[in-house]
Amino acid sequence: MSTPSQKLSTPLPTREGQGGGSAFKYFPHTEEDLQEMLKATGVKSVHDLFADVPEAARFKREYNLPDALSETDLRLFFEQLTHPLNAQQLICFAGAGCYDHYAPSVVQNIIERSEFLTSYTPYQAEISQGTLHYIFEYQSMIAELTGMDISNASMYDGATATAEAMMMAWGNAKKATRVLISETLDPKVRRVVDTYAHFHGVPLQLIPAKNGTLDREALDKELAEGGVAGVIVQQPNYYGIVEDYTGIADAVHEQKGIFVVNANPSDLAILKTPGEWGADVAVGEGQSLGIPMTFGGPGVGFMACTEKLMRKLPGRIVGQTLDNRGQRAFVLTLQAREQHIRRQKATSNICSNQSLMALYVTIYLSIMGKEGLREVAEMSYAGAHSLRDKLLATGKFKDTFPGQPFFNEFCLDYDGDLDALLTEATECGYLAGVKVDTVPEGSSSVKRPVGPSAPEGPSEGSHTLMLAVTEQRTPEEIDELVEIIKEHKEEEARA
Amino acid sequence: MNRTLYGNLIFELSKKGRKGYSLPQDYDRTHTTAELPEALRRKEAARLPECDELTVVRHYTNLSHNNFGVNDGFYPLGSCTMKYNPVINEEIAAMKAFAGLHPLQPAETCQGALEVYYNLQQSLAELAGLSEFTLNPCAGAHGELTGLMVIRAYHESVTVPEGSPEGSHEGSRTKVLIPDSAHGTNPASAAVCGLEVVEVKSLADGTVDVDHLRQLLDEMGDQVAAMMMTNPNTLGIFEPRVLEITEMVHKAGGLMYYDGANLNALLGECRPGDMGFDVMHINLHKTFSTPHGGGGPGSGPVGVRKGLEQFLPYPRVTRPTPDPSRQGGAELRIVTAPANERSEALPLTGERGEGLSIGSFFGNYGVMLKAYAYILSLGRENVKMVGPLATLNANYIKESLKDDYLLPIEGLCKHEVVFDGLVDKSTGVTTMDVAKRLLDYGYHAPTIYFPLLFHESLMIEPTENESKETIDAFIDVMHRIAAEAKSDPELVKSAPHNTPIGRVDDVLAAKQPVTTYWKSIEA
Repeated sequence: MSTPSQKLSTPLPTREGQGGGSAFKYFPHTEEDLQEMLKATGVKSVHDLFADVPEAARFKREYNLPDALSETDLRLFFEQLTHPLNAQQLICFAGAGCYDHYAPSVVQNIIERSEFLTSYTPYQAEISQGTLHYIFEYQSMIAELTGMDISNASMYDGATATAEAMMMAWGNAKKATRVLISETLDPKVRRVVDTYAHFHGVPLQLIPAKNGTLDREALDKELAEGGVAGVIVQQPNYYGIVEDYTGIADAVHEQKGIFVVNANPSDLAILKTPGEWGADVAVGEGQSLGIPMTFGGPGVGFMACTEKLMRKLPGRIVGQTLDNRGQRAFVLTLQAREQHIRRQKATSNICSNQSLMALYVTIYLSIMGKEGLREVAEMSYAGAHSLRDKLLATGKFKDTFPGQPFFNEFCLDYDGDLDALLTEATECGYLAGVKVDTVPEGSSSVKRPVGPSAPEGPSEGSHTLMLAVTEQRTPEEIDELVEIIKEHKEEEARA
Repeated sequence: MNRTLYGNLIFELSKKGRKGYSLPQDYDRTHTTAELPEALRRKEAARLPECDELTVVRHYTNLSHNNFGVNDGFYPLGSCTMKYNPVINEEIAAMKAFAGLHPLQPAETCQGALEVYYNLQQSLAELAGLSEFTLNPCAGAHGELTGLMVIRAYHESVTVPEGSPEGSHEGSRTKVLIPDSAHGTNPASAAVCGLEVVEVKSLADGTVDVDHLRQLLDEMGDQVAAMMMTNPNTLGIFEPRVLEITEMVHKAGGLMYYDGANLNALLGECRPGDMGFDVMHINLHKTFSTPHGGGGPGSGPVGVRKGLEQFLPYPRVTRPTPDPSRQGGAELRIVTAPANERSEALPLTGERGEGLSIGSFFGNYGVMLKAYAYILSLGRENVKMVGPLATLNANYIKESLKDDYLLPIEGLCKHEVVFDGLVDKSTGVTTMDVAKRLLDYGYHAPTIYFPLLFHESLMIEPTENESKETIDAFIDVMHRIAAEAKSDPELVKSAPHNTPIGRVDDVLAAKQPVTTYWKSIEA
């Protein structure tokens, strides 16, 4: 494979000016306008408007940036960047928090409408009913999917929503000493929760895993010691396993703690809801609801809770009310929780939501509806189970977590050089999953998964592969991936 | 925008048996979710709408007609920098080749995507006068929080000089100085970051009271982690003593944080790094033209001066120093947090630390594409005109309206101007009324009742994209409203009249909160 960097070493195209003199398409000021406005303002030049900037702080040279690109050149530049060598479109069997689901055409088309796209946070309710209305629908759908009473207007992403839930639990507790966090939570999310907890001053304690699921004995032991502000778990967990959380909510509530379930909303068409598990707070990443992967963002975080915790919920919330003409209308509400009113005493520093992505999710769920979301879940489940059967049948894999039920993502231990296998799959156009780091056998700790492949990535000698299947993967693609792996096996045998 | 309210909820359009999607049917059905134990499955199907495609399309299209965006008209919302969101940037961000990239795919298969990421980091560093940027934060407030984390991580890494009083360590610097005129997010971010807020007073002209700052530093300088500042400040005024301020705080051992909310004013004229700031965030959705999307997704990159790069969060995108013996540029790399075996004892910060992490992946990549396209479209020759033109527009409005609207602080403003309501307060017409009346004339309202320094704040930010004609028409309407306030105050007080809905009952919404459809049908 030739190196993409060579392709990219071409310098940016340079042109003298933009044609048609000094005017620029985003600046409407003609020379005449400038003179009139300067006169009205009482200065001679636009630079005189900065007379109050101390001389030593003035920027006097040219920016070291490329010259302006025409629209034509801009397109050429991005076409070059997206050349297949520079942005390889791999058939995606990777998940680990970002999934290649079907994105209905309608959704992208509508969210590009400028009335939605180019508006600000809906402060002026009279001219923002479009935004307020869809957020109300979004909140209703999230509440229904998660089985919770109330949802906020969305958060940045699933990781920060989980961190917010951690702080919510801490703020809610009267005499707590720590928040417990399951080791089966996505390590990337855990790292974010760790970061927030470190600075917010929340002691976090990791509850270890056993055969890929939360070690209940260890949890019970911690709970028995008391002082627990909250317990955070994930469903399905990072390894794709659907865990049984029966009884945890009661045990946490006995401590007056909060039970937080980080869920994958796409699977909630089928799986028991956080509400049914007895969760006080449900959080998660909404990207799986048809949002394109786009190199990991933007997605959308969701956060929902019980009515009891309503006034402790961070983020924007839209409520129903009436206008002075007696019409049903929607408005930002419960703002006494927020930073622009409460400043340092606010429930969070969040002052926006991920609104357009909330709209994305709302339209997606309207298009897919009750049956569509179930069908997506069934297809993904069927595909993942079919792929796992076929991979096990090659004889090159072993079950990483024997006997555990899973949804559309699973782990297998590869009997060979996993890096070589992944490289070959990539050369064939497949992203054959995400490598999961391993620890020596017999260790009580679970395998520690690591992020993107990089020199600092998974340690050499890791054998665990995590694969995800969505409804986007055809039976042919599944078979081809299995074939690639089979052939790779033969090559290895020959070597 | 439509003057009639489109009021249906999607749930009210739902009818059992309708569907709006189609999925392939030829898949291996050997396994079904019925295999899962019943204890793991939800009892009842989620009550999502059942609609055909056209119903969904019409519903959301109709909703859009009850919304107002920058493309609909002038949007002088102060502090929000509602500039034009170029259409070409949307085209680029929607390119399938970017949409289809998984964030964990090998770096060698996505060098083009990393190139944008890396180049944007470098461009922002040049524009800000700082050393390095992370693009991971998803919004301005997220950037503020990240920046403060970086500052605390720095202090935690510094060992105290020998001979210091027992028990003192730099990590114990937990106070943050914030001018009383600051955005509400500043103190809120500080609190989330575990810092204690100490307010610095403003002078009558709205700028920082340097004597009060000195007094605070004398009292508690060794506990000060940082001072947060917006410059120009929230009144749109450049802090003339900024160099003195940054020097004072540095001398006390604190770092200077620059809230980039108002950066647009300075493009071309002044850089935060050159004013002595150590850490800052930039709102790509303000200064770099990416659409606000009704409240997000935004992007809040954080930059640091030389010497603080190591405290930025992971993952990072770096270009190793090219090997001169090899041809071509070096490949970009994705650097994840150090892969040390996790143990409870391992600190998050410091030399052996894991490093910070504030999101699962790289942040809002789609937003970064738009911002980088914008920077390339402007190029060096136009970027430098952004601040001057935005500032000219604001000063022109200031001079044109100060006869009818009370200008509390004379002198130059930067990209925005703050009035304290109407000059003539005898009519009882408030800033709220003026704002609502503007909606009738087809304008978005300015920011109102912020900054808190004045009772009737009306904050106008025109941006560099607005023409003289647009601004003149706005000025004309503002004068007309001032005249109406005298001739027919009730007309203004009862505004808006030409919008899909009238003023809403906020109290009702907060008193008996109905925040879902399910709750509304119970009621």
